[in-house]
Amino acid sequence: MASTIERGAPPNALGSNMSLKKALSAASPLSLRIVAECPVTKARACDLILPHAAVSTPVFMPVGTQGTLKGITVDQLEGLGCQICLGNTYHLGMRPGPDLIEKASGLHGFMNWKKNLLTDSGGFQMVSLVELSEVTEDGVKFKSPYDGKEILLSPEKSISIQNSLGSDIMMQLDDVVSSTVTGPRVEEAMHRSIRWLDRCIAANKNPDRQNLFAIIQGGLNAELRKKCLEEMTQRDVPGFAIGGLSGGEEKDDFWRMVTLSTDHLPREKPRYLMGVGYAVDLVVCVALGCDMFDCVFPTRTARFGSALVPWGSLQVKHKQYAKDLQPIDPDCHCPTCRRHSRAYLHALFKNDTAAMHHITIHNISYQLTLMRSVRQSIVEKRFPEFIQAFMKRMFPSPDQYPSWAVDALTSVNIKLE
Amino acid sequence: MAGSKMKLELSRVVQGKGRLGVLKGLGRTGQHSLKIPGCLLYTHFGSVPHLTQDTLHTMRDLPSVTQVTLSTIAEHQEVLEEFKDGFRKFAGLHDTVLYCSLHDPATSCPTGHTTNKTVSVWGSGGRIELTAAKFMALQRTIQPDWYQSMADGETWLSDTSRKRVRKSVDRTLAHLDECLLVHKNSQEFEGAEILGVVEGGDILEERLRSARETAKRPVGGFCLDGFQAGSMDQALRTQLINAVTKELPEDKPRLLQGVGQPDEVLACVGAGVDLFEAFFPFQVTERGCALCFSFDISPDPERAGSAPSTVLELEQERDAPVEAQQNGDNMVDGQTQMTSFEMNLKDKRYQDDFRPLVEGCGCYCCRNHKRAYLHHLLVTNELLAGVLLMIHNTAHYQGFFSALREALATDKLDLLQRRVLSKGDRPGGKSE
Ligand SMILES: [Zn+2]
Ligand SMILES: [Zn+2]
Repeated sequence: MASTIERGAPPNALGSNMSLKKALSAASPLSLRIVAECPVTKARACDLILPHAAVSTPVFMPVGTQGTLKGITVDQLEGLGCQICLGNTYHLGMRPGPDLIEKASGLHGFMNWKKNLLTDSGGFQMVSLVELSEVTEDGVKFKSPYDGKEILLSPEKSISIQNSLGSDIMMQLDDVVSSTVTGPRVEEAMHRSIRWLDRCIAANKNPDRQNLFAIIQGGLNAELRKKCLEEMTQRDVPGFAIGGLSGGEEKDDFWRMVTLSTDHLPREKPRYLMGVGYAVDLVVCVALGCDMFDCVFPTRTARFGSALVPWGSLQVKHKQYAKDLQPIDPDCHCPTCRRHSRAYLHALFKNDTAAMHHITIHNISYQLTLMRSVRQSIVEKRFPEFIQAFMKRMFPSPDQYPSWAVDALTSVNIKLE
Repeated sequence: MAGSKMKLELSRVVQGKGRLGVLKGLGRTGQHSLKIPGCLLYTHFGSVPHLTQDTLHTMRDLPSVTQVTLSTIAEHQEVLEEFKDGFRKFAGLHDTVLYCSLHDPATSCPTGHTTNKTVSVWGSGGRIELTAAKFMALQRTIQPDWYQSMADGETWLSDTSRKRVRKSVDRTLAHLDECLLVHKNSQEFEGAEILGVVEGGDILEERLRSARETAKRPVGGFCLDGFQAGSMDQALRTQLINAVTKELPEDKPRLLQGVGQPDEVLACVGAGVDLFEAFFPFQVTERGCALCFSFDISPDPERAGSAPSTVLELEQERDAPVEAQQNGDNMVDGQTQMTSFEMNLKDKRYQDDFRPLVEGCGCYCCRNHKRAYLHHLLVTNELLAGVLLMIHNTAHYQGFFSALREALATDKLDLLQRRVLSKGDRPGGKSE
């Protein structure tokens, strides 16, 4: 759908002059075509060509932790227009394990997903989920929660697992520190992440089939971020992620680090902002120049009956919806909204897990539709107007606009009305 | 009596084997039909467990009759009253016949709450006591095409006295008369049918009395209640059902409640039952299992041999006799007990088994996924396990009913019986 619109749109003046469709490196199984750039903000709409399908950016990537997306079949996910989703290396490395997945022709084969997959390095989960982890220059050491065995996740090991998973995009192992930590540990982690990036690049057995992304670290320290950007952008990697954020830091710090990163990242490579998925954050960070996002929130919150809507969220289980015969969002075209009312879903929550699946489908649809609308507005050179309308719908009045979003948008020449 | 277009056309009646035919003119507009012997679509509040309409409709040839239960709907009476257009539309079900039963066949409900004038149902919010008037008011808001008449079915406990059984028959007939009176005098029930309920526990003369008396009333068909799993053994069940169905008119359908295991279905069809509630595939799904029994009666000698296409290869099962025993019929999973008609996919042996659940099965799950993936989903407690198993189990169960009809039509019931009962080769199977 998006591609028809693009063909009809006038070619971007900047884009055609600079011959944007360039192959990054002969070996890299990725190419990025910038379809349009917003003349006001840093937003861009791109076609990201990956081994299993072309991805239209900006894109939200749903998270399928264990090789499945929370009760949704791969056909349903594809039906919603999803072109790329995530798998978690830590979970899949534990169960069913890389050997088994390799036997199943990779994670694509194991879960029978025909589109693209992105896998994380496993490091983040380890630091956040496993208590007994210790980070050394070798890697992240932890005790398996299943059999208590001590395991070392080195950069080489992480890449080896991800090579077995066969994902289209792999993430480097990085030294993750909480975004609220300050001091020398942040600097150490930044430098170590650079060293680990080199080890990951060297360890990738499938550079012709699998793209390895670097992860920019440096906490909330602008100088460290810049240093990290300077070093990492010298490596020949097909894409970059902005890491170490979205971990409880102040939003004022968050957006400044995001915009600093996109300022220094090469224009012709994709930028992936990790762990971001709230609608407002998505729209603002697209304006700051990010292309890819992921977050467990939309699917996790769905299972508690929270449906995402243009005016925030709707708690289907709340009593006020027991007799509400409207769909979740009357303007939504997802399979749930086309067929079911809030009242029916409210009652179904008391009777069957299918209620969760209905909300999960709606929420994924909401995220993907939001990003498609963002993209279309960029292509049609009306992204600033889109932001205005989006914010107006999301908040009851302008004085409820979060100040960080106002500031962030001001920095890219959008003055919220 | 409200004019229903329902008509049972029997194409074959084999004494002691079963009745083959089609129920035509179903639904208030009469455009649906249902083949018998057959089963209904089992749902929770109008949704097949775990499934959305998208995943449900990956299956073709679904039963044209959807079963909902009053126990789950009763607490939502207010919203249905406001909605006005009936439960079918409320639940987003468009093209189906709606049948409303009193209880959920997969949930046993507490006893001791029935009185002369009331029965109780249990929803998520607890017990709801129904008089015939309240029962009919509910049906008026639900607007089903068929509904089970209010009944006192508390006779299934083994120590039920003769006196209690007689009382249940009397009360059930009295409830039926009250329901029928409201039914025929209300425009809302135009085109709808009441199914009369045959009670009588395990006492033959009470069963006969219940059947004869119910058959005198203007009902659209019959529910045979009190035969559910655990209430009696199959020999007694067959004997009683045989006696009951002889008392019922030929031209009206008989729905047996609470029985769903394939071997029991075969025996009960032989005794004259037409319809079953399809809760069995759901129970199998809830214990993480997949139906895998064979019902292949195709004439192809290779397929009919020891390795039928619908069942997993035998040699693999012989590889793991110890595990097969551990996961046999003794396993209690907090749910109902595993039967010999299914395989336990949580079993470690499936962890690297890259075959479909059942070779040759055309369901969405078998076309797209392998046992190893289902095993993974189950051990990681992923919601998709329930979705995929429910699809397969429903499809497999429908396939069994289709084979049953074919067997009736082509005189192959004995072969089908042998296929279905060929235990001992499957995981969890008893050796006979
Ligand atoms: Zn929706
Ligand atoms: Zn199947």
